[in-house]
Amino acid sequence: MTDGGDLGWWGVLIAVMGGAIRVSTPYLFVSLGETLTEKGGRVNLGLEGILVMGAMSGYGTAVVTGEPWLGVIVAGCAGSALALLHGLICNLTRVNDIAVGISLFIFGTGLAFFLGKPFINPSAPRLPHLELGAWSSYPQVRSALEINALFIIGVVLAFVLAWGLKNMKWGLILRTVGDSTEAATALGYNVNWVRTMGTVAGGFLSGVGGSFLSLYYPGTWNEGLSSGQGLMAVALVIFARWNPIYCFYVSLLFGGATALGPALQTVGITSNYYLYGAAPYFLTLGLLIYSSSTKHSLAGAPGEVSISR
Amino acid sequence: MSDKFQFSRRDVLSHGGNIVAAGTLFSLLPTLASAAKTVTVGFIYVGPRQDFGWNQSHWDAARKVAKIKGIKVVEQENVPETAEVEKVMQSMIELDGAKVIFGTSFGYWKSIKKMAKKYPNVLFTHIGAIWKSGDPKNVIGYRGYTEEPHYLCGIAAGRMSKTGKIGFIGSKPLYFIYNNCNGFVLGARSIRPDLTCNVVLTGEWNNPVKEAETTNSLIDKGCDVIIANVDSPKVSVETCERRGVFSCGYHSDLSSLAPKGFLTGAEWNWASGAEFVRAFTTGKPYPNLKRGGFKDDMVGLSPFGAAVPQKVRDEILSAKQGFVDDKLKIYQGPLKDNKGNEILKAGQVISNTDIKFKLGVRFFVEGVAG
Repeated sequence: MTDGGDLGWWGVLIAVMGGAIRVSTPYLFVSLGETLTEKGGRVNLGLEGILVMGAMSGYGTAVVTGEPWLGVIVAGCAGSALALLHGLICNLTRVNDIAVGISLFIFGTGLAFFLGKPFINPSAPRLPHLELGAWSSYPQVRSALEINALFIIGVVLAFVLAWGLKNMKWGLILRTVGDSTEAATALGYNVNWVRTMGTVAGGFLSGVGGSFLSLYYPGTWNEGLSSGQGLMAVALVIFARWNPIYCFYVSLLFGGATALGPALQTVGITSNYYLYGAAPYFLTLGLLIYSSSTKHSLAGAPGEVSISR
Repeated sequence: MSDKFQFSRRDVLSHGGNIVAAGTLFSLLPTLASAAKTVTVGFIYVGPRQDFGWNQSHWDAARKVAKIKGIKVVEQENVPETAEVEKVMQSMIELDGAKVIFGTSFGYWKSIKKMAKKYPNVLFTHIGAIWKSGDPKNVIGYRGYTEEPHYLCGIAAGRMSKTGKIGFIGSKPLYFIYNNCNGFVLGARSIRPDLTCNVVLTGEWNNPVKEAETTNSLIDKGCDVIIANVDSPKVSVETCERRGVFSCGYHSDLSSLAPKGFLTGAEWNWASGAEFVRAFTTGKPYPNLKRGGFKDDMVGLSPFGAAVPQKVRDEILSAKQGFVDDKLKIYQGPLKDNKGNEILKAGQVISNTDIKFKLGVRFFVEGVAG
């Protein structure tokens, strides 16, 4: 049982694990970005638009220059630029960040579709991956453990952000601003500036998340590339309780749920595949209902974020 | 406040069109004779036309039609299946003077019927082949039997598979997905009767992450030839290439995406609709409903990939000739479905053009797991 061997139910488990790692990276980056944004006291619902823009610009850069890592950086910068727009508009008084986010979502996707037209056909070089499964004789295991460097960066980043938000000066400032405008103003911080920077940093990470979609997995650019990962990530942040490390776990959960349907169908469980496809969304709804209960408070929710005000 | 002075886009288009038409009649009488020789044909796509998939198969047709002397092609991409498509048709007819409209998405059907009544002098084509008597006479439904090229892909898969397991990725459980899958499996099992096929339906026409995930899980399951019946099989073909297994294409030519592992692919030949344009503009009769396979040149086969040896190519091409000569039939008895029920008795043969049988196919043939 080596090449092409049938692993049965173990195969399902390995496929779900591999899928979790492959599919979760965009969720991870976007949710980390949104955590930063929301910790500063704003919600950026435009992340879906930023993600798609990042995917397009990253792919386009890689096609033109032949250098996928440059594509990742350009994707991040494109994401920051869109997020800066969000941040600057929200700095105006009495502007609703949710409404700005939604218009940014539509603007970002529309702009990406428009600019991305010439890149639908050409193939871009792919980001390299690490073969962590070379020890195994099972091709299934080897393929599940082909891990992209961005995933590892994302995991490290989750821990760095978690530590930084607690212990670093920028983390404390960001959280102060996010928890109480008055307190932050009294301490002499420029609230709008901090929030804008939080949004821009979040936009950078979301753009990078988008470039993972187009440059690694599934590794193509077309107009249906994102199936709502950017929007899901906003919900993901809420039940990750604004904790970067939880963001990592929840991203894995979402990725695994996406992989479950196809994996079950290959072992012959074919009924209800629409339900498996909807599994992540059921999870979202269930967890949202759970976390909105009045019995337990949303620990970690920034006080100034409009959804907790 | 200003409602009174606002024209809807449609009004502007139609009046504008009338003015242009009137202007053409009165001021350009000498040039009218020469203008009448060029026929403008409009192609409307539901997505991007370079998608390595469904839309590209129509774009291929548009490019072929555009090469015909005396035909000018106008195109519009990303037209949703809503009232929007009616506006696009109207502007093509009124502003560009289109005489033939190719509506290349299934969901355009209602709009096509509506506009066909409004513009009886314009020919509309639809890809569903669901025209029935009572529908406007200036509408044509046409569609190829893609199960025939799928059968040929199956032969390639049967010859090239090492594991004896192949994979089929479908979008939704519709009759032509069943037929394509059955064609693929029957073709493969005509070579290797013990071969099995894993089938996964994604439930969506376009979801790249799910398609990649599905392809990976099929490969993990041991499948080494995979064909994807989704809007754009690009992701699946590229994933197969990366994982080092064989792939077959669907809709249009995907051979350039997988130089190592591409075998061949099932293609449409929508350019066969050019005959309707010719018949319509010269006043000759045309059918309102047309379905056909290789015999009527309505489907095609992608160029072979480098991996396919000459012997296999010859075998596939002779099977293709079998379809052209109507000697090779896809459904013939004895045939069982994958649950063991008898579909056809020994000796029973279904004609390749038996559309009533094919529309009713809701089963996978023996050899399909899942």
